[in-house]
Amino acid sequence: MTALLGEAAADVGDGDRHVGAPVARPPRTRRSRRIRYTLTVLAFLLPSAIPIVLFVLGPMVAAAWISLTEWNLLSPAKWVGFENYANLLTDPETAEIFLHTVYYIVGYLPLVYLGGLAIALGLNTALRGRTLLRGVYFLPVVTSWIVVALVWRWLLNPVNGVVNTVLAFFGIEGPGWWADPAWAMPSIILASAWKDLGFVMVILLAGLQSIDPELLDAARVDGAGWWRRLFSVTLPLLSPATFFVIVISLINGFQVFDQVYAMTGGGPGGASQVVVQQIYDLTFRYGKAGEASALSWLLFIVILAVTVVQIRGQRKWVNYG
Amino acid sequence: MADTTTAVDGVASGSRARRPARTPAARAALGRSIALHVVIVVGALLMFFPFYWTLVTSLSPGSGLTSTPSLLPADPGLEAYVQLFSQLPFARVVGNSLLLAVITTLVQLVTSATAAYAFSRLPFPGRTLVFGIYLATMMIPLQVLVVPLFAELKAFGLVDTYLGALLPTFAAAFGIFLLRQAMNQVPVELDEAASIDGAGHFRIFWTVVLPNIRPAIATLAVFAFMGSWNSFLWPLVVLRSPELQTLPVALAGLQGQYTTQWDIVMAGSVISILPMLAIYLFAQKYVIQGVANTGLK
Repeated sequence: MTALLGEAAADVGDGDRHVGAPVARPPRTRRSRRIRYTLTVLAFLLPSAIPIVLFVLGPMVAAAWISLTEWNLLSPAKWVGFENYANLLTDPETAEIFLHTVYYIVGYLPLVYLGGLAIALGLNTALRGRTLLRGVYFLPVVTSWIVVALVWRWLLNPVNGVVNTVLAFFGIEGPGWWADPAWAMPSIILASAWKDLGFVMVILLAGLQSIDPELLDAARVDGAGWWRRLFSVTLPLLSPATFFVIVISLINGFQVFDQVYAMTGGGPGGASQVVVQQIYDLTFRYGKAGEASALSWLLFIVILAVTVVQIRGQRKWVNYG
Repeated sequence: MADTTTAVDGVASGSRARRPARTPAARAALGRSIALHVVIVVGALLMFFPFYWTLVTSLSPGSGLTSTPSLLPADPGLEAYVQLFSQLPFARVVGNSLLLAVITTLVQLVTSATAAYAFSRLPFPGRTLVFGIYLATMMIPLQVLVVPLFAELKAFGLVDTYLGALLPTFAAAFGIFLLRQAMNQVPVELDEAASIDGAGHFRIFWTVVLPNIRPAIATLAVFAFMGSWNSFLWPLVVLRSPELQTLPVALAGLQGQYTTQWDIVMAGSVISILPMLAIYLFAQKYVIQGVANTGLK
């Protein structure tokens, strides 16, 4: 990977690439040329800058303002200062939905990482039909979260779902899955891991393929067995890909919503209520857009903090060679 | 970008060329290889099973709370599909999703390519800062924006319109980043040659740079289409009337309406999966490359 990155970096360079200066054009005054160039830059930049300002940066600032008001989307907003934040931070329900979200991440991450790693290691060897196999493992990634949630709701149907039917065949009484408060989150985790396994696998596979085989051969010559090579050579060299998977999984994990909405709606009895589901409910069910915005800012701050901590901490374990 | 693909294909072709020799060591290697194949293939079958089950259920009319599952449809039929399209404005829903996905893809290609060209080829004061801000928008979760975005589009009178669903998807930092990386790999000498021939930036952009980044454009097109086709939260929030709904929103609603009619829900799921499956089969290389590259930044 290092070699690959190094090459890319050398190629990319970030230097100024001012080309296409009007060499062969009829002479113009300096000023008119500058105006022309400015217009060119604007012509290339505005198609993206306008939507980004109007639909990302603007709303971002607006969300901060709305979070300081009491507003039901209909009547005029009422300024309340930091009351929404104070309410959220003292409400035990806030801690609970954050804990559910963390529960999701803690269950989901080891599953996709270890599963993805195992498959990537398997597919990284001389294997017949590996393109087809890789394709099959990746297929859930292109499927929508809603479909994934519906399909798994059906697979994990407590009464006549295929999973419980198979379990019953072996004499095991399957749990109530999404209908049972204790099993609702594990059901969501299972479905999510199935969907994302292929994504993690492809990233780790790309990482594995950039490892110099000579390093592994050298370790083999030195008498290192398979496990030893895995822990002493492969995993350290794979750490940038691992780092990326963890960062992305945490960012996405805190934002988990689609599959929760379609599988349990946060239920039963709020057992799988997560942060974004709560933001949605506050806004569109309870008419508390101000509190929802405050919660969304809290979520953003948490995501930002977690990401920054990881980036700071990466020097300790990520090996960029 | 090309490096990843060559590496991927390289191993595959290498395995095909090798032939097992008959030494004991080779026999042991063969045994390990068979064991590995079995594990990986069984895993793949398990991964594929939910898709198979979706299809089987959609072809088994009357699958509900009372039926017991069987591996093959006992009495296969297309009733679920017929019901789906006759009882609901389902053709309209599929059309909505398709329309939004195509427009989103086309617009994102334009906004990403132009911005990428500016960041790759047109130096201007503060360029690094602007690019940094663009990248930072990738970290902002849509959920933070939902409330003000809804209020904004309501003020514009665009709630419950196609345009309201489309506008926030028009520019995406991911696409800009992807295309800029690709453009940076195109040698500047090509631009210079065209410039000497009298080409301006628009000509260089169109005839020199774009034709050289076709794979990246294909990758972005697939991701933009997939993102729109599968997107849920924003369409759910902004499109309120049933005849404007998109496929994922309609499917989520279907579940509430027909909790026990799993054949219909699964038929809808099959219809949602099919276009992505087709695109994936045609563009697998670009999809995998796109994902692999995100990890190699």
